[in-house]
Amino acid sequence: MSQLKKIGLWLDDRLGYTENVLPLIRHLAPPRAKWTYVFGSATLFCLIVQVVTGIGLSLLYQPSSSLAFQSLNFITNQAAFGKVLRGIHFYGASGMVLMVGIHMIRVYIFAAYKYPREMSWVSGVILLFLTIAMGFTGQLLRWDSNGVWSSVVAAEQMGRMPFIGKYVARLLLGGDTIGGHTLSRFYSYHVFVFPAMIFGFVGLHLYLVFRNGISEPPRAGRQVDPKTYRAWYKNMLKEKGVPFWPDAAWRDTLFGAIVVLAIVAMAILIGPPALNTPPDPAYIHTVPAPDWYMIPFFSLFALMPPAIESWVIFLAPPLIVILMLILPFVSNKGERSPVKRPWAVFGVICVAIFMTCLLVIGYKAPWSPVFDAKPIPVTAIHGNQQDPVIQKGTHLFYIRGCEYCHQINGYGGFKGPNLTYIGNRLDIPLIKIRIVNGGPDMPSFGGTLSKDDIDALAVFLSAQK
Amino acid sequence: MNDEIKSEESRRDFLMKLSLGVSGISAVAVSIPVLGALLAPLLEKEEVDWVTVGATQDFKPGTVTLVTFQNPDPKAFAGVTANTASWLRKDLNGGFIAFAVNCSHLGCPVRWEENANLFMCPCHGGVYYHDGTVASGPPPRALSQYKVRIYQGHVQIQTGPIPITNLTASRKK
Repeated sequence: MSQLKKIGLWLDDRLGYTENVLPLIRHLAPPRAKWTYVFGSATLFCLIVQVVTGIGLSLLYQPSSSLAFQSLNFITNQAAFGKVLRGIHFYGASGMVLMVGIHMIRVYIFAAYKYPREMSWVSGVILLFLTIAMGFTGQLLRWDSNGVWSSVVAAEQMGRMPFIGKYVARLLLGGDTIGGHTLSRFYSYHVFVFPAMIFGFVGLHLYLVFRNGISEPPRAGRQVDPKTYRAWYKNMLKEKGVPFWPDAAWRDTLFGAIVVLAIVAMAILIGPPALNTPPDPAYIHTVPAPDWYMIPFFSLFALMPPAIESWVIFLAPPLIVILMLILPFVSNKGERSPVKRPWAVFGVICVAIFMTCLLVIGYKAPWSPVFDAKPIPVTAIHGNQQDPVIQKGTHLFYIRGCEYCHQINGYGGFKGPNLTYIGNRLDIPLIKIRIVNGGPDMPSFGGTLSKDDIDALAVFLSAQK
Repeated sequence: MNDEIKSEESRRDFLMKLSLGVSGISAVAVSIPVLGALLAPLLEKEEVDWVTVGATQDFKPGTVTLVTFQNPDPKAFAGVTANTASWLRKDLNGGFIAFAVNCSHLGCPVRWEENANLFMCPCHGGVYYHDGTVASGPPPRALSQYKVRIYQGHVQIQTGPIPITNLTASRKK
């Protein structure tokens, strides 16, 4: 026996690789668990990328309210590979959110949460929300004006909790206002508290894979019966199971590696999100917006009826968490196949369409005033372009801010109705009434505009037909 | 013999309880200062201060001006984050109102649009009149105000927390 082999055997004996680790790696997996099963491990790959690049960033980042912005500039513009590092961490976060979402949809559609894998689902739900918490706090650590205002927005949402809201908001900001404690607290959550919880729950999540086995791909008509399932599963594995490594896991590894390469490629080709203005809460000419995976919620805040909004902000998150957590307990046996559970598939499609629409409309943000609307050139208006009253009305329409919300011939915002053909709908007296009194979602301008101004605007608008 | 087993059992029971009890005490002893750090923002009393934002004659009647000031007792490591802004309105009769810049909807910074005579929020389209009342959009209540006073010819604002809208906020005053 060669010396090397002796050392190997000694290590194996003392570390217990063959005895304890190898069976885990080669544990039997159900056959046909193929490409739909790769998203959980892809999430794990992304998590590893986040941990590694997070460590890299922490070597360069200054977690202080006053210095973080300068250090971000340093990382982006000066540090060797700093820009790519920031990029990988950013796209890694996006990848993780995406993969965790697809993984969850797959588990839901295949009903893999049913007996005996209820706790896999429960720990997965907790991990989903921890991932979102990581995304949000991480986005704040990009401590420009967007980061500052995102933390204010978060505090405002906490403020909707009855009785304790004010205190939770204060706790989140580290004081009454944004200040020296704000960033270091978010840093601590993002770098220590949430990752520690994630490691714990990922450990449990993976342990449960070994404890209860990888769920077999469902087949229509094959019911899950808690009384017989474990014996049936064990028997099925004995007959048809394949070793996890390499028969099943090569797909996970290949797909995970491709995801990581895509993340790196995007970091190099597109780069991290540009830094906004410095984190000065007194600098207010900024348009705070979250990263893409938060945009649907951002849109929802604009589109919900104001009367119910505060209640939704306070009640919806705990309600969603509770519904998700009880799912495997109200439905833990029976059919698993999506073919036999059309409503589950329909629900997923509805949620996906809903979220996609909110995402798309969130980027357009038609509810926001367009502060940089351009004046309407005289050539773009209808009616007598030489008429001085109409010209005055056109000018007023621009400088009085009508264009922030109303559009005429492609100039102006989207919040209010498009007025390109308003003359067909309203005559001069009705237009005046509307301008003076406003409407359900329009300010009244009676106290702001002179009679002459209102006249000119009405003449101009009535000519738009 | 029986007594011996019994006393051995009760001894073991005592030692088990002792070990758990002492561990619990040690855990609590370590946790208290950590909880103190976690809850620090709730434990310390935030100071309130009157800060001067300009001389009264610096502001024209009927205008709204963005003024900035430092929060009271800023930490040395706060840097620019110690700043707060306020929209200071001088009425035609010379009175002052200091509005918080935070939209009452979700706290985004509202802008004063002078020609439109409105405050507008870039986030979700909240709009307020010059007196801070809601003109349109999702805000559940009017813009918050800071206290203002005139002190030796200067306008002073009383610093305060970022206004947090609560669940039952209403547009009606």
